[in-house]
Amino acid sequence: MAKRIDISGLSAYYGGHKAIEDISMTVEPRSVTAFIGPSGCGKSTFLRTLNRMHEVTPGGRVEGKVLLDDEDLYGSQVDPVAVRRTVGMVFQRPNPFPTMSIYDNVAAGLRLGGSYRKSELDSVVEKSLRGANLWNEVKDRLNKPGSGLSGGQQQRLCIARAIAVEPQVLLMDEPCSALDPISTLAIEDLIGELKERFTIVIVTHNMQQAARVSDRTAFFNLAAVGKPGKLIEIDETERIFSNPSVQATEDYISGRFG
Amino acid sequence: MNPPTSTAPPPAPLPPQPAAKGGATRPGDRIFVGLSRGSGVLLLVIMAAIAVFLTYRAYIAISDNQANFLTAFEWNPQGQPPQFGIAILAYGTVVSSIIAMAIAVPIAVGIALFVSHYAPRRMASPLAYVIDLLAAVPSIVYGLWGALVLVPYLDGMNSWLDQYLGWTYIFEKTSSGPARNLFTVGILLAVMILPVITNVTREVFLQVPRAHEEAALALGATRWEVIRMSVLPFGRSGIISASMLGLGRALGETMAVATVLSPSFLFSGHLLDPGGGTFAQNIAAKFNEANEYGRDALIASGLVLFVMTLIVNGAARMIIARRKEYSGANA
Repeated sequence: MAKRIDISGLSAYYGGHKAIEDISMTVEPRSVTAFIGPSGCGKSTFLRTLNRMHEVTPGGRVEGKVLLDDEDLYGSQVDPVAVRRTVGMVFQRPNPFPTMSIYDNVAAGLRLGGSYRKSELDSVVEKSLRGANLWNEVKDRLNKPGSGLSGGQQQRLCIARAIAVEPQVLLMDEPCSALDPISTLAIEDLIGELKERFTIVIVTHNMQQAARVSDRTAFFNLAAVGKPGKLIEIDETERIFSNPSVQATEDYISGRFG
Repeated sequence: MNPPTSTAPPPAPLPPQPAAKGGATRPGDRIFVGLSRGSGVLLLVIMAAIAVFLTYRAYIAISDNQANFLTAFEWNPQGQPPQFGIAILAYGTVVSSIIAMAIAVPIAVGIALFVSHYAPRRMASPLAYVIDLLAAVPSIVYGLWGALVLVPYLDGMNSWLDQYLGWTYIFEKTSSGPARNLFTVGILLAVMILPVITNVTREVFLQVPRAHEEAALALGATRWEVIRMSVLPFGRSGIISASMLGLGRALGETMAVATVLSPSFLFSGHLLDPGGGTFAQNIAAKFNEANEYGRDALIASGLVLFVMTLIVNGAARMIIARRKEYSGANA
């Protein structure tokens, strides 16, 4: 299921503004890679280049290569819609489809792919909701709107929706920043379970979170406001938080930054 | 009004400002509360006054009417005895509005989607501006265009419809004559209500939260699937209200209809037969030459139009409210 991502020489632009510059790294399959760094350093932009969501923004443009097990996501033959079916995404704010029931939210991705029998949909919905640790809380109200759930439940619903289509990679853009500590803990536990099946990349502002959930951590920084963000280093999470090889990383992690 | 000082003003806790006297007792606040409350009350008073006026004059007319006001196929309030009914007018108004809606709503939603989600941004705003201009064309101009351009043009189309769709009864043409019929009126009304429906739906489509669209995109939705999954459901109540705005204009449109239609009080289920009438067109055509009683009769027909419009709006609100928990408003 899970695939390795090889990124080389990747830059992303908003119109004439270069947001990130020349990033190269490898994301290992079946592991959690965390992106940390100050606001505006381009880590969310970088994340969005991994499922070709960046180019949806007006003026958005990408240079470089992203290989998903040797297949270039930015190849001229590649359909961005197909990329997004392979690389799932969970957003900062929970965004279930407000007009759909809980069931329909989870089934939405499958229905895009083609037609399924009701029994098939039922089993995928249940499996995905169980996978997102939400099944027990919602099994009696699958036909109620998803927007009626609490914020933490909504975010797990979004995770269920994303994993229902069995993606190779799951991107998470600060998935806990709008949630309370208990919901955050539930999501972090879930991430630990999901990495058995998926390659997970998570952007977070919370360094304890990065230390708790991730296997590898990448630190991004920018030289000054208006300058493009760059990858400073990527390493085992333990090393990044105990003995990073770059001084800037240590400054950021220990709070002596900016 | 609230007793102004019964709840003691807070004893100026933090800011040592002279104006810290508490909520509604500041002169500015009092004036503003009075103004806004007054405006609200004034609106209700105007509505009530219109209703009372219409009902009173209508009552005078209907109480002397020797025909059934709702079902009679004639309009002769100044005859002896006075006989008049609104069946033809109600039929013409409803049918022409239905045709207008059936044509205008899909096209308007299509244009709005194009402008808000498909057109390149350089093209979108000039296009929106042109649609705005369409709304500013006076209705008499539409009427002249309808009578001088649309009617001759539709003559040919009417024969075609008669020839190939005549078996449907409604498109059968049983009497000759120019296309001054309800079908033409419906098309003309569709053109007239297109801009208002387009503009309101476009505004709503532009307000679809980015997060909803990205949710669909990230699942691997194509542009059309994004629209179907997040834009249309979010815009649903907006489309309904926009359609109702358009319907309101179609129901009440006067000059354009009066210019195009050759009025008659003969009932015909064939849309392509000349003749028919609408409430507003009938009032405009007859008001000047009517005597006091004739005018009361026309006002009675106006009351029916007023009630129809209220019902249409009420129904629209009910449709919107029924799906409230699914709307984007609480997300």
